[in-house]
Amino acid sequence: MLDFVQQLVSGIALGCVYGLIALGFVLVYKATEVVNFAQGDLMMLGGFFAFTFIGMLGLNYWLGFAGAVIAMAAFGMLAERVVVRPILGYPQFSIIMATIGLGYFLRSVVGMIWGTDDFKIDTPFSNGVLRIGSLVLAYDKLSVIAATVILCALLYLFFNRTTLGTAMRASSENMLAAYYMGIPVKRVVSIVWAISAAVATAAGVLLAPITFIHSNVGLVLGLKAFPAAVLGGFGSIPGAVVGGVLIGVIESMAGFYLPQGWKDVAPYLVLLVVLLLKPEGLFGVHTRKKV
Amino acid sequence: MRFLFKTDYEDDIRLFPHSGYVVSYGILLAFLVVAPFVLSSYLISQLVFVCIYATVGVGLMILTGFTGQASLGHAAFLAIGAYTAAYLQQYNVPFPVYFLAGGLLTAVVGALVGFPALRLQGIYLVIATISFAFIVEEVLARWESVTHGNEGMRVKTLSLFGQAVPQNGPTFYFLCLGVLILTIVGTLNLLRSPTGRAFVAIRDSETAARSMGVNVSLYKVKSFAISAGITGLAGVLFAHKLSFISPEMFTLQLSIEFIIVILIGGTFSLHGAVLGAIFLVMIDPFLTYLKDDLPGIIAGIAATFGAGKDTAANVQSNVAAIASANGLKGAIYGVIIVLFVLFEPLGLYGRWLKIKLFFQLFPLYKRATFKRQKIYVKSERNR
Repeated sequence: MLDFVQQLVSGIALGCVYGLIALGFVLVYKATEVVNFAQGDLMMLGGFFAFTFIGMLGLNYWLGFAGAVIAMAAFGMLAERVVVRPILGYPQFSIIMATIGLGYFLRSVVGMIWGTDDFKIDTPFSNGVLRIGSLVLAYDKLSVIAATVILCALLYLFFNRTTLGTAMRASSENMLAAYYMGIPVKRVVSIVWAISAAVATAAGVLLAPITFIHSNVGLVLGLKAFPAAVLGGFGSIPGAVVGGVLIGVIESMAGFYLPQGWKDVAPYLVLLVVLLLKPEGLFGVHTRKKV
Repeated sequence: MRFLFKTDYEDDIRLFPHSGYVVSYGILLAFLVVAPFVLSSYLISQLVFVCIYATVGVGLMILTGFTGQASLGHAAFLAIGAYTAAYLQQYNVPFPVYFLAGGLLTAVVGALVGFPALRLQGIYLVIATISFAFIVEEVLARWESVTHGNEGMRVKTLSLFGQAVPQNGPTFYFLCLGVLILTIVGTLNLLRSPTGRAFVAIRDSETAARSMGVNVSLYKVKSFAISAGITGLAGVLFAHKLSFISPEMFTLQLSIEFIIVILIGGTFSLHGAVLGAIFLVMIDPFLTYLKDDLPGIIAGIAATFGAGKDTAANVQSNVAAIASANGLKGAIYGVIIVLFVLFEPLGLYGRWLKIKLFFQLFPLYKRATFKRQKIYVKSERNR
């Protein structure tokens, strides 16, 4: 029983990271119907920025965190301006390929600048543990869970309650109509990319004490975040986090109870089953195709 | 300028619309036949890879280019073909049999993947094919009684009708070339048959195709099966060329390379598959060449523009340091993909068509001929 709870918590913590990356997918998808295959790499780059500020320049943890988030938000805008905006409105496959290309580029450049070793960021909650009876929970895992809940709530409120959030939803429904209604669509898309890069950075920094950061971490985790986003139904913010947690728990349970090898495959098997039975995902809205 | 008057459908679907095609393809074929006796063995080896990648490219083109179903899982199909060959070869099955068996088995697997894919579109299909590829990769690594797991499998030298065909010899090159040519001709025939027309109709508008009486599900599964089958055939050749296969060769990276092949070549014509394969295979030796020679060249340029001897040497060592940095290849790949998507969406073959048209219409060429029409994003959820 104790093992089960332990696995459950570490699964949830891992799942929250998937969920945070999936949140980035969902944000961009909700606002522009574009899937950003470089989302995991944005997370990785954010982690490296934070490492540079905190580990190399010796800034305070929170200051470095904020600096990395701001820097990455700017980078997200830049990436949108250079890579995505010229092809917005063309077939989705072009944009997928462009973001795959961006991912290649980021991985390789990071590898050249910072090297290919593993890096670790010292955090205020790196080493502590919380003991409840005989249950031992590490602070770093709990911090990921807490941060995910807070971020998710903030984003949910942002999308549903603020004018900017409504504008984002409108421009995703129909860009031309949104433009006619006076929404500056280009700026909206730019801001969405900034937010999604910032969320990715938060994921990267929180992840750093758990799995370390290296130039390929984004690829590995980004690919796991896809099942999470699909499971939640690509356009839903709570769905992304729930999907992420489910995938994380499934993965850690499969690693613990099933023979070796199932751990890596389990998320994808679940994904295929979900796609077969309920292609719109758990939280997606079933829609009818209009001609 | 030549005008082709087409008076009936037969004229329209002719493989060689006019004699110019026969001449130019004849010259190309003659060059390819003479090639192994003229070129160095390294270049021939690269040409074999071009043939294999182009065969996969043709297979992927049927699915992605002509049926409009994106796939990032073709490395898995290649793996299934390669492993079938390696497995059957242990039992002394002759080459023609396991060659066809590899293609057939992969086609069956492709059809099985096609069924679930029927309900999926766009991004969901891409993710589903990625998942499929991951599962295949993991199965290959774990099913040790058949695949020998991560140790990989040795593939013995190909023997055809009692003759050994070493993977570096000219005979193997001719075999790969023959397979490629047969695949291309077969695909061209397929594309001008009702099946091929149905594929294109599905790509352009699924709803329109359905209302015209095309059985969309049937043709999508067919497209998956044919595309996978061709990739499986290429897989058999791939296994023989490398003479050793292991699961980590067939990763997402390879699937992305196949997509790059058709993307860079141009997704609207089979020419694209071949041009893209040439580009992808030849970029490696080209980069190596640049790595060795570029620093010297740049230093030479710096010296001619009046830089001092020290500065020139400095420039040379700096450029050399950048050129030999780890993972530079990835960055170059990334930049190439992005540049092609942004500036040359029709690929290399599209560029060739533009150049050709420019000279045909000499003073009258206008850019807008090839311009894509931009559509405004509307939610797929409401479509």
